[in-house]
Amino acid sequence: MIGRLSIGIIALVLGAMLLCGAVSAEKVDTLGEHSKDRLLIATTTSLDATKLLDLLEEKFKEETGVTVEHVAVGTGMALEIASNCDADVVMVHDRVAEDKFIDEGFGVDRRVIAYNYFLLVGPENDPAKVAGLNGTEAFMAIEEAGAEDPSIVFVSRGDNSGTHSREKLLWKWGGYDYADVNVSPWYREAGAGMGQTLTMADELQGYTLSDSASWGTYESNLSLVPLVENDDKFLNVYAVMRVNDEKCPDVNTEMAKKWENYMISDEVQEILQNYGVEKNGVPYFSPGRGSAEIMGVTVEETTDPVV
Amino acid sequence: MNDLLTGIETAFHLILAVDPQVFDIAIRTLQITFSSVLISTIIAIPLGSAITFREFPGKKTLISLIQTLYALPTVIVGLLCYMLLSRSGPLGDLKWLFTPNGMIFGQTILIIPIMAGLTIAALQAIDPIITDTIKSLGATRLQFLKSHLKEARFAIMAAIIVGFSRAISEVGTAIMIGGNIKGHTRVLTTAISLQTSMGNFNLSLALGIILLAIALIINLGMGFVQNR
Repeated sequence: MIGRLSIGIIALVLGAMLLCGAVSAEKVDTLGEHSKDRLLIATTTSLDATKLLDLLEEKFKEETGVTVEHVAVGTGMALEIASNCDADVVMVHDRVAEDKFIDEGFGVDRRVIAYNYFLLVGPENDPAKVAGLNGTEAFMAIEEAGAEDPSIVFVSRGDNSGTHSREKLLWKWGGYDYADVNVSPWYREAGAGMGQTLTMADELQGYTLSDSASWGTYESNLSLVPLVENDDKFLNVYAVMRVNDEKCPDVNTEMAKKWENYMISDEVQEILQNYGVEKNGVPYFSPGRGSAEIMGVTVEETTDPVV
Repeated sequence: MNDLLTGIETAFHLILAVDPQVFDIAIRTLQITFSSVLISTIIAIPLGSAITFREFPGKKTLISLIQTLYALPTVIVGLLCYMLLSRSGPLGDLKWLFTPNGMIFGQTILIIPIMAGLTIAALQAIDPIITDTIKSLGATRLQFLKSHLKEARFAIMAAIIVGFSRAISEVGTAIMIGGNIKGHTRVLTTAISLQTSMGNFNLSLALGIILLAIALIINLGMGFVQNR
């Protein structure tokens, strides 16, 4: 009798789980598909970590009724996702990778939305004496000091993100072969996002390159200090592109264009002007409009609506 | 130590205040996990039974293979499912990448081996005397199967619990296939991973405690059923 009872109870539990599953399956089904009312962005992490995209997505939804969602990954991964046709829009910050993406025919209608600067951050005692140097010199100083002083550490994102790619360029500009730098004892490849990399650099009391928006977001948890800022070589430009519908017929082109136009609209450019001031003291990003020359792009790329 | 204590404090705060965002994430986690456990149960228990009670060449190898798959790294399942579900992949037409459905798909694949394997172990552990008795009583195939499943019910329940635990605690598949999209595919583990990467250790710890609390409730429920 007891056996029968427990079988009954097991059946009941399974039944309940079935019901639960059925209900949830129904619920998630409505969210399952990419529809014309959903736009998916593959984005660099800094736009997410600052919560800027959450804000803009909400406003965009109010105006258009379109649900915008984003997957926050490094620039390299974002472009990879998009070239598999798994996103409608990319928002990234790596000119070289962007150009390649466009040349391959995946990215179209690039618009430049904002910029800020990378910073070289490091321990307050600055063992490699980089404070006061320019961007390239600072990297050279770390390399030279690192070769002699075993306490010096540089933590790299090592994840093909836009920041990692700039860091590689900086080594190159300093006259080094990245393959050599990469195997140096003072060089630590984190293979992680900005937040984790900063935390690691903090624990190891090492140097790292960060975009200023992420730095502004994470800084309060860290003992590191910015050592080199606002250098020309540290310019960091954010762009938006839609995924080519000739390559990826399923993408939501209509909404992708609307999103791009929204990014260069007066409304968003004005939001950027002040975004982050409350929390960070200074804005996380500078609006792209009116700064084409600083960013080294054409004026059209900052203002011309996508049609 | 400080982080630990504040983490626990934060957890209680979030639970007691029924933080809507955390609540939303917890509910989504349960929906996705229950769905994948349910689907896996439907597949893995019959599969395990069939493998146990049928004789065929390569049976032992197949069982070893299933047991090997216990060690399947979640991120590999995530990667394989990513490549399957990507719009440029063979199942791209489903459009399940970066959706809860995709996550259920991935978790199901992840836990089927462990649930099928434990079902096999459960059925094989039945005393052969019982098997012989059931046979000698002239049971039909269905009766035979039923009585065996009944005999092994506790161990099979354990298989379901293990499957549930693996599904609710894994992060590799969830983050690769779901993409950790806020309000859509963010579950407890991916939220923990995100908060950790952002250095919010308190909140991460709190979410971890909530996850364990949910697992505890489910296990207590199952234990209650078993004791009856």
